[in-house]
Amino acid sequence: MKNWPLWEVFIRSKNGLEHRHAGSLHASDAKMALENARDVYTRRLEGVSIWVVPSAQITASNPEHNGEMFEPAADKAYRHPTFYILPDELKHM
Amino acid sequence: MSNHLVQYICGIADNSLILGQRLGELCGHGPSLETDIALTNISLDLFGQVRSYFQYAAELQGDQSSEDTFAFLRKEREYRNVLLVEQPNTDFAYIIGRQFLFDVYHQLFLEKLQSSSDQTLAAIAKKSLKEVTYHVRFSSDWVIRLGDGTEESHNRMSAAIEDLWIFTEELFSCTELEKEMSNSALGVDVSLLREAYLNRVHAVLNEATIAIPDVKYFQKGGKQGIHSEHMGYILTEMQYMQRTFPNMTW
Repeated sequence: MKNWPLWEVFIRSKNGLEHRHAGSLHASDAKMALENARDVYTRRLEGVSIWVVPSAQITASNPEHNGEMFEPAADKAYRHPTFYILPDELKHM
Repeated sequence: MSNHLVQYICGIADNSLILGQRLGELCGHGPSLETDIALTNISLDLFGQVRSYFQYAAELQGDQSSEDTFAFLRKEREYRNVLLVEQPNTDFAYIIGRQFLFDVYHQLFLEKLQSSSDQTLAAIAKKSLKEVTYHVRFSSDWVIRLGDGTEESHNRMSAAIEDLWIFTEELFSCTELEKEMSNSALGVDVSLLREAYLNRVHAVLNEATIAIPDVKYFQKGGKQGIHSEHMGYILTEMQYMQRTFPNMTW
């Protein structure tokens, strides 16, 4: 069990539109990962759908590159759609 | 009649109660965080079912009884669980083997109990069945993983099934009370579950590459209140709080 690979767990809540990252766990294969995710992350009715992804399959950005990756967006408030008036019928913006 | 029904309900509940207690012993001691939570989840499912049964039994009894008096204040001989569920947590393979051998029975039993002429029992069975269907899935998967795993896991899983097999026949031996209850359509004729049980268990054991034990002698007695040496220890721990601090509540 020490050698079980790590999996990332994504849960979609009952009224949620998308799967959200819930945490990670160890499992020997995808089937066990799904059952472990059910037991560890949905025991308080957190979700109605589960995705599991091998953590090794995720390519992450490097925190050392945060400067050039993210800071340029910090002073560009005009990219937020807050300058428009949205009709009430428009949901999930 | 009502008294017999109360006894019958207690017999059903006691299986879940004692197995739940056994699994509860593992809280914080499971082989991995994930299996630890999975096993204690199953324990809590079983306790939830037990509460429904005992609350109903207390209501039928109509005296000062409560779910707690049924759970904590009876004597060893008054518990009617099968011997299988009181067997100890020897190792993970035993825990899984015990769970699997009980889960398959439990599922078949609840499928039938759904048609009880007693509406409350039928409703409890219907609700519990979803939980137990997951228990069967969990324990069957693990029997297959361990049986068809490494040499060591195979040997341990085989040894557990071999050792626990002698307790399986008791599941299907009808007591007088069970006969009376199935005759009046309140209960389940457990002797009719044997064939389906063996089919389901054999299918999983075959996939797990585990030989079906060739056992001629079976151990019974729990349903009559005659338990193994383990039972007293289980009750001592389980009843401690209510015996020491009578009527305590959380």
